[in-house]
Amino acid sequence: MRNKYLAVPYVVWMAVFVVAPLVLVVVYAFTARDGGLTLSNFTSMHQYVGVFGNSFLLALIATAVCLAVGYPMAFLLAREGERIRQIAIMLIMLPMWMNFLLRTYAWMSLLEDTGLINRLLSLLHLPTLHMINTPGAVVLGMVYNFLPFMVLPIYSVMEKIDPKVIEAAQDLGADSVTVFRRIILPLSLPGVLSGITMVFIPSVSTFVITQLLGGSMTMLLGDLIQTQFMGTAYNPHLGSAIALVMMLLVLVCMAIMNRFGEGEEGAVML
Amino acid sequence: MKKNGVFSRAFMALVFLFLYAPIFVLVVFSFNAIKSRTTWGGFSLHWYVELFHNTRILEALRTTLTVSVLAAAIATVAGTAAAIGFYSMRRRPRGICLAVNNIPMTNADIITGVSLMLLFVLLGRQLGFKLGFGTLLIAHITFDIPYVILSVLPKLRQLDPNIYEAAQDLGATGLTAFRKVVLPEIMPGVWNGALIAFTMSIDDFVISYFTAGSKTSTLAMEIYAMTRRRISPQINALSTLLFVVVLALLVVINLRQSRQEQAARLRRATLRSPQKER
Amino acid sequence: MRKTLALVLAASLAALLAGCGGGGSGAASNGVVNVYNWGEYIDESIFDDFESLTGITVNYQIYSDNESLYSILKGGGAEYDVIIPSDYMISRMIGEDMLEELDFSNIPNFSDIDPSLKNPDYDPENRYSVPYTWGTVGIIYNTEVVTKPVTGWSILFDPDYAGQILMFDNSRDCLGIALKYLGYSYNTTDAAQITEAVDLLIRQKQDGLVQAYVMDQIFDKLEGGEAAIGPYYAGDFLTMHESNPALAFCLPEEGSNVFVDAMCIPKGAANKANAEAFINFMCTTEAGLANCEATGYSSPLVSVQDALPDEVRSSPVSYPDSETLAQCEAFVNLPADILALYDSEWLRLKTGS
Repeated sequence: MRNKYLAVPYVVWMAVFVVAPLVLVVVYAFTARDGGLTLSNFTSMHQYVGVFGNSFLLALIATAVCLAVGYPMAFLLAREGERIRQIAIMLIMLPMWMNFLLRTYAWMSLLEDTGLINRLLSLLHLPTLHMINTPGAVVLGMVYNFLPFMVLPIYSVMEKIDPKVIEAAQDLGADSVTVFRRIILPLSLPGVLSGITMVFIPSVSTFVITQLLGGSMTMLLGDLIQTQFMGTAYNPHLGSAIALVMMLLVLVCMAIMNRFGEGEEGAVML
Repeated sequence: MKKNGVFSRAFMALVFLFLYAPIFVLVVFSFNAIKSRTTWGGFSLHWYVELFHNTRILEALRTTLTVSVLAAAIATVAGTAAAIGFYSMRRRPRGICLAVNNIPMTNADIITGVSLMLLFVLLGRQLGFKLGFGTLLIAHITFDIPYVILSVLPKLRQLDPNIYEAAQDLGATGLTAFRKVVLPEIMPGVWNGALIAFTMSIDDFVISYFTAGSKTSTLAMEIYAMTRRRISPQINALSTLLFVVVLALLVVINLRQSRQEQAARLRRATLRSPQKER
Repeated sequence: MRKTLALVLAASLAALLAGCGGGGSGAASNGVVNVYNWGEYIDESIFDDFESLTGITVNYQIYSDNESLYSILKGGGAEYDVIIPSDYMISRMIGEDMLEELDFSNIPNFSDIDPSLKNPDYDPENRYSVPYTWGTVGIIYNTEVVTKPVTGWSILFDPDYAGQILMFDNSRDCLGIALKYLGYSYNTTDAAQITEAVDLLIRQKQDGLVQAYVMDQIFDKLEGGEAAIGPYYAGDFLTMHESNPALAFCLPEEGSNVFVDAMCIPKGAANKANAEAFINFMCTTEAGLANCEATGYSSPLVSVQDALPDEVRSSPVSYPDSETLAQCEAFVNLPADILALYDSEWLRLKTGS
C-alpha cells in the first residue's frame, strides 16, 4: 500500500508543468526584448503602483463584502434542517457550473444606464443611478462571482461543529454571544481563511470583469498582464515582471493571514 | 440548536435573490423576440434556433466537454496515484511535494495561464508543435490534479493502516488488497476529487484562453469572443440551456444521494448500535 | 452518487464521440484555411460559397484591433493563414519579417484592385498584401441626445456630454484623435506632442467624459442608446444606422484617418496555397459585393464599385469625394522608440484614474 514511487510520474509532471513555467516567468521578467539581462522591467514598474494599489484595494473590498455576506449566510445555513441545507447548498453551487462570463454578462443588462434596474427606478419615479463602468460595478462583479467560494468552505466547517459542544457550553452558562465568540468563531476560522484565499486571489487578478462591467475604465493587474501578452501593448517581459511581483505580494498576504490562523493546513474544500 | 427566525430567513432569501436575479434576467431575455437586452419585444424561440445553427458554439461545447471529461478522468487516476505516493513519503519530501502541488491552486489563474503559454510556445518551437487541444488538455490536467490529491489525501490519512496488511495476511496480493480493501475506503474522496476537477475544468476561462492556441476554443473562450463584439441573445439562450441542464443534473444527483443515504442509514441502524450514528 | 456521475460522464462522452464522427465526415476536403479577421467585418455566409467552390474549409476567428493581432502573432501561440491588418501594421510586420511574400500567380483577381490602391506606401512593391476594404474614421452620434452641431473632434471633449462618450480601446486610434484635435499629425514622432495628447485624454477620462473604452462593443452601446457619441469606422456606422436611424455620422473637419485593411499571410503559415485561394476568392466581384453589403465598408475592387447601386456609390460616408479624402491622413508605421512610447503612454492613460 505504501508505495512512494507512485508519486514519481506526478513529481516529474509538476517539474515540467508547474515549476518550469514559473522559472520561465522569472527568466522573462529579468530579460529585455533583445534577450539581455536587465532590471528595467522592475525599475519601470513604479508607473503601475496605482494599478497594484487599485487591484489590492478592490479585491480587499470584494473579499470583505463576501465575508460580511457569506459568513452569516453559512452560519444560518448550518442551522437549517437537513433538507433545506441540501437544497440551499445545491442552489449556491449551481451558478458555479454556469460559465462565469455568462454570470458577469448578465449583470450588464441590469446595471447599464438604460438597464433594467434604472428602468425600474424611473418607473417608480426614483432618480436613476449610474452604476456600469464604475469601480463599484467591478466589485459587484467580483462579489457575485466569488461569493460561493466564501460560503461553501465556511459552511463546511460550520456543519462539522458538534452541536454537543455548543450544548455543553450553554449548560455551563454561556450566553449566545459567548458561544459564538468562544466556540463557533474559532472553530470556523479555517473555513474563513480558505474562503478569503479563494475570493481574494481570483479578485486581485481578474481581467474579464473589468472589461465587461468596468468598461475598461479601471485597469487592474489582470488586465495589465493580459494587455502585455495578448492585448494592445505587447511586452511579455514587463508582463512577466508584473505577474511575478503580483505573485510575491499575494504570497506575502497569504503568509501574514495564515499567521493569524496559526497555519491550519489542508484547505477546506467544497 | 435554535432555528432561524424571520429576519434570518429574509437575509438568506435576499442572498439567493442576489445570486439568481441576473440568471433570471438572462433566462427571460432568451425568449425575447427582439435583439435588445433590456426591452421586451414579445415571446420567441428565435435565438434558440439560431444557437442550434451556430456551429462555432456547438463545436466549442464539444471541445469543452471533451477536455473537461478527459482532464478530470486523467487527473483523477493520476491524482489518486500521486496521493498514495505522497502519503507513503517521508515528512520532508512530502512537505515539499505538497507545497509545489499547492501552487496551481493558490496561484492566480492568469499566472498559471501565462506561464504555461510561455512554456508551450518554447517547447513547441523546439519540438515542432503548436498550441492546440493537446496543450489545452495538459493545462487542464495540471490544474485539476491538485484538487484530486487534496480530496484523496485526507481519506488516506483516515485509513486504518492495518487493514491493508490484514488483507495481505489473509492471502490477498498487493493489488487485490488495494482494489478490494483500500480503494473502497478512499473512493468517496476520489469521486469528490473527480467532481471538483470536472467543475474546475468546465468553469475555466483564463487558463484556456492562454493555452488553447488559435484553432481550439472552449465555450468560455467563445463566450468571451461574443462579449467582445455585438452581443447576440444567443448567449442568453445558451445560458438558459446550461442552467436547465445543470439544474436537472444536480437535482438527479441530489435525489439519488439522499435516497442512498436514507437506505444506508436504515441499514446502519439495523446493523449497529444506534449511538454510532452521526 | 458515483453511479449517476459515471452514467452522466459516459453519456456525455458517447454524445461527444457521436458528434465528432458527424462533424468529421464532410465533403471531400482540400484542407483548411485559418482566417483571422476583425469582428463584424465579413459576410460569414460567403464561407459556404468558398467551401463549395474549392473544398477548403474556413476556420474563422476574430480579433479586436491591430495591436492585439500583433501581440497574438508575436506571442507565438497562434496559427493563422490569412490575417487582415491595417496599413501601418502591415508595414510594421513587413519590417519585423512577420509576413510571407504572396504568390500573385495564385491571385489573378488582384488585377481588379483599384490601381490607386496598388503599390501603397505601406507595401511599396506590393509583395505582401492585397487590399480588403478601405474606409475612414468618423464620429457617430445619436441625434436625439446630441443637439449641438457636430463638426469636429471637439464634441468628444465637450463636458455637456459627460458620461455619454465612448473612445477607442486601442492606442493608435485613440491617441490619434487627441493628436488631430490638437492639430498635430497622426504620425508625429515628437514625444512631447504624444505626451500632450495623452495628457488631454487622461483629463477627458478623469473629468468623467468617457463612459467606456470600446471596440466592437460600440455597436450595442450606440444602437441601444446606452451611449450617445463615439468615434468608429465609417462602414460600421452604416450597419448601426440600420438598427438605429437616430444615429448620424460626421467626418471631422480637422481631418481624420483614412485606412486600408489588407489581406496578408503570416510567416510560416501552414496552408499558404489555401490562403492565396481565399484571398483570390475575396477579390471576386460576388464575394466583394456580398461583403460590402454586409459590412458597409468600401471596396477596393473596381468591378464591385461599378456594380454598386448609385446611392451607395455616391454616399459620402462610404465613398467620400477626393476633396474630403485629401483632408484625411493615413497612419504610417513609427520608429521603434516611438512605438515603445505609444505602449507606455497608452498604459499611462488606461491605468490612470
